[in-house]
Amino acid sequence: MLASYKELPRTAQIRLVSSHQEVYEPCDDSFALVDALLADRSNLLEHHPSLCMEIGCGSGYVITSLALILGQEGCGVNYIATDINPHAVEVTQKTMEAHGVGAELVLTDIAAGLEERLAGLVDVMVVNPPYVPTPEDEVGVEGITSSWAGGENGRSVIDKILPVADRLLSEKGWLYMVTLTANNPSEICQQMRKKGYGSKIVIQRSTEEESLHIIKFWRDFDIGKDEPNQSASGFIGSLLTHIPLFSFWRRTNSDKC
Amino acid sequence: MRLLTHNMLSSNIKGVVNGFPLRIEAEKVVEKTVEMNSEFLKKMFDKVDWKALVDASRAMGYTELPEEVDSSILDSDEFLNRFHHALLELHLEEGALVCPETGRRFPVNKGIPNMLLHEDEV
Repeated sequence: MLASYKELPRTAQIRLVSSHQEVYEPCDDSFALVDALLADRSNLLEHHPSLCMEIGCGSGYVITSLALILGQEGCGVNYIATDINPHAVEVTQKTMEAHGVGAELVLTDIAAGLEERLAGLVDVMVVNPPYVPTPEDEVGVEGITSSWAGGENGRSVIDKILPVADRLLSEKGWLYMVTLTANNPSEICQQMRKKGYGSKIVIQRSTEEESLHIIKFWRDFDIGKDEPNQSASGFIGSLLTHIPLFSFWRRTNSDKC
Repeated sequence: MRLLTHNMLSSNIKGVVNGFPLRIEAEKVVEKTVEMNSEFLKKMFDKVDWKALVDASRAMGYTELPEEVDSSILDSDEFLNRFHHALLELHLEEGALVCPETGRRFPVNKGIPNMLLHEDEV
């Protein structure tokens, strides 16, 4: 057991994650997203992304983990992370430094200021959006509320992020996003299918309070963008059963770059 | 903030047509050495707005980038070293990014640009 433990890929360590009372701490949704990245790790390594991005980086737990999985400049990978909360970008910076990794941080609303020049350049995007159904007037409120308040069906911010993701993702771009059952993930997948994206659930996990789905989207050039009313069969057909945690490591950590 | 990031940022104030490139006001510049990856540089060469990078690196006190370039220059190791240094090793730690059209300053503190807009700018 000890030997195999040493071979586990590194992710961010909770004791090194910085915190602030106005910044969302890593929780079940963050862990599920990182577990999804680990489950897809060998694909991510073969994908050779140049630019990776997180929208809404919060504590920095997810982007730090991604940087530990994929490596840094020497591996040809660069990271950019945004948050609308000024405390969050600072906490992310500290969390990354504590792990010996780094990302470019921008204090902005979703990706405002980056949409024009960064369009088509992001190879991997990770998003743990504010997905909790709330009254609409709680969306975008300052501080930690912005990390969870998602408006009607928890979709207000998600529905703003998806077109931005579509704009920023490169031709080979992948998006990993956390959703809740209440967000109607199958409808999100149908909406993305109309934009030409395939999708699958990488991890599905029920916690005491919520049922989380981590969905991966990719540009599927076989999908006709103008197909009207595409059925959800692709989505349902690609449902993966829950992947038992830690059961998927077949490779050692030596193939990092 | 690296110049790679500067090269990807524009002013998106409502009504602004030409928000790129943002002019750099440098108060504090730091250099952090990172490992070079020439494949990454070659890929980014096509994506980077060269003039914006040259002007930005000058504003940061680095004047070693050639003004005119074409892709044949990517065979030169000396060029790749300079490109790498300008793009990834120079950091604007304190200062501001100025909208070329309106003069609005976006502050950069602790290396993080603040691109949040005021209510009347959205």
